[in-house]
This record gives sequence, C-alpha cells and structure tokens, in this order.
Amino acid sequence: MSWPDLATLDASQAFWTIVVGAISNTCCAVLGCYLVLRRLSLLGDAISHAILPGIVVAFLLTGQTASWPMLLGAATVGVLTTVVTHALHASGNVPEDASMGVVFTSLFALGVVLIALAPSNVDLDLDCVLMGRLEEVTFPEPWLGFEVPLKFPSLLAVLGATAAFVALFWKELKIASFDPALATAMGISAAVVHYLLMGMVAVVTVAAFDAVGSVLVIAMLIVPAATAHLLTDRLGWMVGWAVVVAIISAVLGYLGDVYFDTGVAGMMAVGAGSQLLLAVFLAPRHGLLSKLWHRFMLALRIVSEDLLAVLYRFEEATSETRTAGVPWNLCRRVAGGGLAAWLAAPLLWWRGELRVAAGRLWLTQQGRRNAQSLVRSHRLWEVFLGEYFQLPLDHLHESAERIEHFIGPKLQERLASDLHQPGRDPHGKEIPVVKDADNDTSRGRE
Amino acid sequence: MIDYNTAVVLAGTSMLGAGAGLIGTFAVLRGRALLGDALGHAALPGVCLGFLLLGRRSLAAMLVGAWLSGVLGILVVAGLRRATRIKEDAAIGIVLSVFFGAGLALSRYIQTQATQGSKAGLDSYIFGKAAGMLQGDLLWISAAALAALLAVVALFKEFRLVTFDGGFARVQGWPAASLDLLLMGLVSLIVVIGLPAVGAVLVAALLILPAAAARFWTERLGMMLVVAGSFGLVMGAAGTAISAHVSRAPTGPIIVLVGTCLFGASALFAPRRGAVARWIDHVRFRRRLRGQAMWRAVYELIEPRFPAIRPIAIDELAHRTSYTPAQLRRVLRQAEMNDLLIRRPDGRYLPTAAGLAQAARVTRGYRLWERFLTEQPELTSTFARLDVESADSALSHEIVAELEAALRAEGRLP
Repeated sequence: MSWPDLATLDASQAFWTIVVGAISNTCCAVLGCYLVLRRLSLLGDAISHAILPGIVVAFLLTGQTASWPMLLGAATVGVLTTVVTHALHASGNVPEDASMGVVFTSLFALGVVLIALAPSNVDLDLDCVLMGRLEEVTFPEPWLGFEVPLKFPSLLAVLGATAAFVALFWKELKIASFDPALATAMGISAAVVHYLLMGMVAVVTVAAFDAVGSVLVIAMLIVPAATAHLLTDRLGWMVGWAVVVAIISAVLGYLGDVYFDTGVAGMMAVGAGSQLLLAVFLAPRHGLLSKLWHRFMLALRIVSEDLLAVLYRFEEATSETRTAGVPWNLCRRVAGGGLAAWLAAPLLWWRGELRVAAGRLWLTQQGRRNAQSLVRSHRLWEVFLGEYFQLPLDHLHESAERIEHFIGPKLQERLASDLHQPGRDPHGKEIPVVKDADNDTSRGRE
Repeated sequence: MIDYNTAVVLAGTSMLGAGAGLIGTFAVLRGRALLGDALGHAALPGVCLGFLLLGRRSLAAMLVGAWLSGVLGILVVAGLRRATRIKEDAAIGIVLSVFFGAGLALSRYIQTQATQGSKAGLDSYIFGKAAGMLQGDLLWISAAALAALLAVVALFKEFRLVTFDGGFARVQGWPAASLDLLLMGLVSLIVVIGLPAVGAVLVAALLILPAAAARFWTERLGMMLVVAGSFGLVMGAAGTAISAHVSRAPTGPIIVLVGTCLFGASALFAPRRGAVARWIDHVRFRRRLRGQAMWRAVYELIEPRFPAIRPIAIDELAHRTSYTPAQLRRVLRQAEMNDLLIRRPDGRYLPTAAGLAQAARVTRGYRLWERFLTEQPELTSTFARLDVESADSALSHEIVAELEAALRAEGRLP
C-alpha cells in the first residue's frame, strides 16, 4: 500500500470531510447518550434502518437526502416505528425485540429494493446505504459569502436543533432517563419525552445518512455514548465526552481512509470502537484495569493484615517469638499464594511494621499495635456472634476472619462497649487492648 | 419450466428458510432475536478476512471466517455485559456496528487492492445473491438445515423447557447452560449459511420473521415450529423465485419482503390473534355488554314495585344505556321477535315472563360480580375474562351462596 504524503492532499476536502463527519457524529452521539442510559440502543438501531425507504423516496423526488420536508417525515417515521413496534409487542404477543426486528428489517429491505430498482441514472446506490457518500458532499460551494459544502447549512441546522432540544428538555430528559416513574409523578410525561426523543433520533439519522450511510449510523449513536458512560457518572460530562469521542472518530475515519483506502464511514465506526476498547480497559473508575487495581490493593491489604495477625498469634503462643522471630516460610503458608502474598511482607517492612533478618520476621512496636487492633476486632466479633446469635464455637472463626478487615476503630469501640468490655473471646483467648489508640493507622480506611 | 440451476437455488433457499424458521422460533421466544442480528453483522469482517487470507473466493474459507468472527462478536457482547457497566442492548449495538464497520472497511480495501475483479463476490455477502449459489453450496446449506431439523426434533423437550423456564430447567438438573449454548450454536450456523443468499444486513430477518408470524397462529410450541418452518420455506422459495425475475434487486431484501407479507397477513388475518379477528371479538364483546346493560336497566326499572310489572318507555332505556336511539330501536325489535318483550300500542314495552327471567338472570350475575369484586378488589386481575365467565362458573358454590346471602339481606337479589 502507498502512504500518501499529507501535504499533497486536498486540504479543503480533508477539512470538510472531517467537519461534516464530526458534526453528524456529534448530533448522533448527543442523542445516543439518552438511548444508552434508557437502554433503547436497539430502538435507535431500528429507527435508523427504518427511515431508509423514506430517504430513498425523497432522494428520487428531490435529488437530496436531507431536505426539510424529509427531516419532518423522518421524525414521523421514527415515532411510527416506535409505535408499531410497541403495538406488535402489546397486541400480538410478539416479544419486543422480535417485533423491533420485524419492523426494521422489513422497512430496510423495502428501501434496498427501491434503490436497486431505481433508474440507473440516479446517484444513489447500495454503497451509499452502507458507507454514506461523504466524498460527494464535501465539495465547497458558495453560501452566504462563504465557500461551504451544500450539505453544511442543513447539518448545522440539525446540530442546532439537537443542541436546542437537549438544552430545552435537559431536566425532563434527565429525569425520564433515570427514573421514568418519578418523571410521571412530577407531571412530566415520560411517553411524550420518549416520542420526542425518538423523533429527534430519526432526524439526526437522516442528517447523518450522507456521512455514514444508514447501517453504520448506529455506531455513532451508541459507541461514543457507551464510551462516555464508562468514563463518567455525570450526565453533563457524559454528553461532553460523547462529543469528544465522536469528533475523534471523524478524524480517525478520515485518516484511516487516507492511509488504507478503506472508506471513511467504516473507519469511523472502527475508530469509535477502538476508543471504546481503550475506555473499557483504561477508564478511571469503571475500567477493567482500575477495577483490577482496586481488587489487587484490597487483596494486598488483607493479606498483609493477616500476616501481622499471624505474627501476633505466634507471639501469644510462645513467649520466645518476640526474640527469635518467625521463619518466613511459615508465614508464607498462612499468607497464601499470588502476587499479593509476595508483596505483603516487603510492604509491611517498608511501612516499618516488620523487621526482617535471616529469613525470620519480627513485629515492630507499630506492627504489634496494628496486629492487636486486628485481633481485637476478630475476637470481639466472635464474642458478638456467640452472644447474640448463639452460634456454636466452631462457627465463629470463619466469619470473624472475613469481617476483621472491615471493622474500623469506631465500630470496634462500639462492639466493645455493647459487649461490656469483654476480656476473653468465646474460645477463652485474651482480647488484646491496643495500647496507644491514637496511633492506629492501618485500621479504618475502608 | 425452470432450469436446473434455478431449481438448485430454489431448493437451497427453501431448506435454508425452513431451518431458519425452526431455529428462529426458539431464538425469538428466548429473546435472542437481535443477538442473531448482531451475529449476522459481526460475520462480515470474517468473510473479508477469509478472502484476504486465501487470496481467492472460497466458500468454505469465507464461511469459517464468518462463523469465527460472528462467534467472537457474541463473546464480546457477553464480555462487555459481564465485565463493564454497558448493558446488553448497547453491547449488541456496539458489536453490530463496529464489526460491520470493520467489515465494510476491509471489503473496500479488498476492492481497491485486489487485482482480480472480486468486488461482486464480496458484495453478495452484504445483501445476498442466491443466484450465485452452486450445487456445492447447496449441499452445505441442506446439511445445515437438516442438522437444525434433527436437533430440534431430538431436543424438542429440552429446548422447550429451557426456552420457557430456564430456572426450572436448571433446578431439574438439565444442563441449561449447554443447551443454551447449543441453541446459540445452531443460530450461528443458520446465520452463517444464510449469508451468501440473504446477506449480512438482513440475515436476522430469516430467523425473526417466520417465527414472529407463526406466533399469531398458535399458542403451542410444536405447532408454532411447524408453521414457522413452513413460512420460512415459503419465504425462501418465493423470495428466490421473485428475485430471479427482478434481475437488479439483491435476493436478501426480496426474501425479507416476502416474509414481511407473510407476517403482515398473519398479523391481520390469523384466527383469534390477528387484528381482524380481534376487532370482530371486540365488536361482539361490546354488543353483548350493551345488551346486558339494557336488560339490567329493564330489571332495575321494574324492581322498585316488583310484583307489579309496569311498562317501560324507550326514553327511560335510552337514558340508562349507551345505545344511540336507532341502535336501541333495533335491539328492542329483536327482543320483540324473540318474545322477550311486548310492544304496547302507546310505544312502551312490557317484558314477557321469559324476558323478565332474562333480565333477572343478567342482573343477578352482574350484582354477584359487583359484590364479589368490591369485597375482594385484589382479585380483579385474576378473573381476566369477566365478560364471558359467569360468577356461578368461575367461583365456588360457597362463595356464590355467601354473596347471594349478602345481596338477599340488602333485598337486592333478583
């Protein structure tokens, strides 16, 4: 393959391809946020397929894909698709997804047949349906004293309409998205919001037809919104991120086309998909790596706390442990396997809770305090279970072994006072008292 | 007369349609219809990669590629749903569109890069081209359709259980997860062999349309399978036959449109569940309800001075029922012909003994229900068809006796 020099490219074409793509992607992405949140993604898919016959008829009549009557018609078709889908589901006992499938495959097939049967001089073929016709709509022409593509003004208008719709109905859309019942109770008709949204979805899919065709538009509706959903928990930020992803997709789509000659639309979908993949792994809170990291840190904390407790119990059992220490491989067996077990001892040593020499471990003063606190939690919990639930002795340890890591200083105190400061646990072991409670650092972070 | 080639293709698409109808029934009932759609779209990059790797058009390589990438797509859907906060519908939308986008990019790349004129070969995998099927292809399709048929026959009971009550199936010790997987496997098989004939975009319709249409005809699974299978067969055969005469149109959409017609006809004209039947039902129901309202009005007008029977004026009835005057006159005339009412010279009506009995019967039934439902309002939804069932047949004797006693105490028992 040839790697074209960027300097030789037609700058105006590049600019307008990206701008037109970015605008239509943005319109889709903004509305897509609500589709994703309301779990209506597939209704969006259905609507984008269903408007094809309308587009074809309008194109045969006017030679354009996004004339004004067309946009109005599209909104109607969008609402109709929703209504018919619902009617089939409600009256015919056809499952909802299947009735959606019936409606959109039928209408889409009709559109395809119409295109195939259209006179051959009509500038609309099946490739347009699949990939849009971005190449044909980016030639600048004079408009109000500027040189812009013919398509640009109407796209701008749709963008404005989308922005106005979202801004005007921000509160309503938000409530209806997260809690339709509350919305209805507050006097906002969730149904009206629903149908308005579906109408707008149809309008933007028509507007985006030139950029991405009618199959891939679903990529621009869903993928940026889903990506944004992974990145944030706030609706405002979600819409913002979706727009960013949508614009980056337009740039990636253009670059992909330039370098691999694959068409802009397909590469825009792939670009959006790759951004989603990145977000799946790298998103700050909901990403897989972040989840993995948090899980690992929790495991590390628990293993190191267990290690401290074990050392403390050795000290309790034999008094010479304080001087002789405990062999590492003995502790190792307690700590279990995995990376966390390997890292636990170095971590404790680094924090100054352990002393290590010649393969043996000692508790430092601070380590002993933390261990005491942990063992205290453990045994208090055993007392609590024995007292209030009358569990047999051999049932106490298991649960205490888990919960000890999650009892903070306050709960510990509360337990102790509610149980009247017990001195011994049900097994007869002494419940340690932490000498210097103020210096208790390892507890209570959860 | 049809030539040999057309016959081959017709047979192939019929088999395909029938198999898809059977498997689609389970997929639709199980709520997997749109997963089939995702599978179809996600298969496209596999087709292109199969082509690219082999460097020539080979059905086997392309279908294996299609199956692999389709299954990968389904796994990604499952993975996204499980591991992230993305819900299933969005996951399906994502996989469907991104995979399909990748497939389109690849096919465009092949078009511009490959030396031989291979464009037509790949295009047929997007919108379908049944005429391109060869005898070898037919063998594959027949084998797959046969496999679907055998699997459905052999595992009918198991599939039925898993489809309608997966939890129960698990509790009963059936390998529900494996059966589910097998079902998905059959769906993917049908989708993949459907690709060359129907195309990636619309192949899901092959699964959805016959099953959804069959849903209108029956409530029994066995019957639904038979109907869906036959619809699928007709859809494939008729679609192919029509597209053979319309040279410019791709086969897939035509097959789908035939399916749409079958579906539309079913939705309109199916007995009991079709729109027409339901409308007739509705009209009859209204008529019966109004008739009952009229007899109740007759009874209630006479009730205050019961043993004495006074004639009833039309105006009084019109006031108490929702009939238009013309309808009321017609209904009254009919009652007159059935010897239930007698028209007096002054235009007022007098019930005969039979008419009085009718009025008392209707009113008694009405008041029993009324009483029962005011006492037990939470049971309203349990007795869904209040209009057809009388209180006597739906409720136990003890309850009816109790209700009657209560009404009698109030002096309202007819």
